[in-house]
Amino acid sequence: MTPILRIQGLEKSYTPGKPVLRGINLEIAAEGITAVIGPSGTGKSTLLRCINRLVEPSAGAIWMGDVNLAGLRGRSLRAARRRIGMVFQEYNLVERLSVMENVLTGRLGYVPLWRAWLRKYPPADIERAFTLLDAVGLPDQTTRRADALSGGQRQRVGIARALMQSPALLLADEPTSSLDPKTAVEVMELMARLTGEVGVPVIVNMHNVELARRFANRIIGMTGGEVVFDGPPEALEDHHLHQIYGGEGWL
Amino acid sequence: MSAARAPFPPNWPWRIGAALGLAYVVYASMQLGITGARLAQGWGEAGRFLARMFPPSFARWELLLEGMLESLQIAVLSTALGILLSLPLGLMAARNLSPLWLSGPTRAVIAVCRSLHYVIVAIIFVKALGFGALAGVAALTIASMGFIAKLFAEAIEEISMKQVEAVRASGASAGGVLLYGVVPQVASRFIGFGIYLLDSNLRNSTLVGIVGAGGIGGTLFAAFKRFDYDFVCAILLSIIALIFLAEVVSGRIRAALR
Repeated sequence: MTPILRIQGLEKSYTPGKPVLRGINLEIAAEGITAVIGPSGTGKSTLLRCINRLVEPSAGAIWMGDVNLAGLRGRSLRAARRRIGMVFQEYNLVERLSVMENVLTGRLGYVPLWRAWLRKYPPADIERAFTLLDAVGLPDQTTRRADALSGGQRQRVGIARALMQSPALLLADEPTSSLDPKTAVEVMELMARLTGEVGVPVIVNMHNVELARRFANRIIGMTGGEVVFDGPPEALEDHHLHQIYGGEGWL
Repeated sequence: MSAARAPFPPNWPWRIGAALGLAYVVYASMQLGITGARLAQGWGEAGRFLARMFPPSFARWELLLEGMLESLQIAVLSTALGILLSLPLGLMAARNLSPLWLSGPTRAVIAVCRSLHYVIVAIIFVKALGFGALAGVAALTIASMGFIAKLFAEAIEEISMKQVEAVRASGASAGGVLLYGVVPQVASRFIGFGIYLLDSNLRNSTLVGIVGAGGIGGTLFAAFKRFDYDFVCAILLSIIALIFLAEVVSGRIRAALR
């Protein structure tokens, strides 16, 4: 199977001389969940944001098909972004918009501006939004304002918004770190199920090693801006975790 | 051993500053010749003046109504124009969404609009465009831009960029990001600013007439010059009534927005 992403020599420094990513080389398969684990500040988030260009890479290439995402600008960048859904740690819903409007935000890359402005979305989009809201378990919340929802509900809307883009790839940046343990598992289950149904590959950043083991079929361990572990969850052992996070007392 | 621990240490710079400020007030009042005798004389004149204002005369109500309506029109027009022009200006001046080469010069334009008092701007426009309401509308539009474009820019700078980022990540165009990421976050504040601006322009529009830029101010100034103090009183009462009415209405709208 051809990979969905081929990352080659990706580097990023926010301030010159202090690289956050030091030459990342990765291939991401076109299916399944890839979890990226590692301590805070190790560049996991930067890696994800380089892929959809919320952060500008300093060097390297990110191939999605035959397009180098790192070199895109303007219209072609937006066309690439709409094929990459993103779920955020703090949900990043537009708080003063309704749940439905937030989900339909996922269509902004597809519909003309006047339609978005007048909320005249194509009926197929509206129908799909309702279907997704049913699927994430929020059938009765469509007209509520996003800031009226609980954390777990917000992340469900966030997932629906990302899937509304009909993405070829889903990025999830610490999607469960702001949630309680039970809700975190529920949200991960939901994300795994819904992306599995439509065969969308997922790259997810996580702090929680247990959650990563449970849901991912590939784990990438990062430390100091470099990949130090790459393999199936079964292969991840304590000495790897020691290498990724440092110290041993917590294990 | 612990006797030296002062819970509230004396703030000497503050004390010296306060003493200097007080000294300057005393010095300034001596310079300006404000004495008890001068004050007493002034109060007497004020009493005679007030006595001539009552009862207020609404005999020339047509002139009064015409002036008030013109002021109202100046206020509404300049507010609408000011908001319309300030929306793009505010966006261009917001440092979180606009690049520095754009926000810098835009801020300079807004600062120029703010720097001159609107009466001075009105005098300039009366000279440039001639007497009448057009000059008043132009002057108050400039003043409105200086006032509200800055508030717009500040409101935009305070929005959550996380929400903007999420909309941008969906592949939305700049217009889409604006409509779905920015506008929802600032809309209610913008409406509040707009109402406040209308309030303020209603007040200001009653004054620009004094320099010939249309509205009730011209009528008021003429009445003063002709010592028609009873008519002056009628005009002042009308202005107060209009501003009160505007306060009540805008207060209601603001309350409904929350």
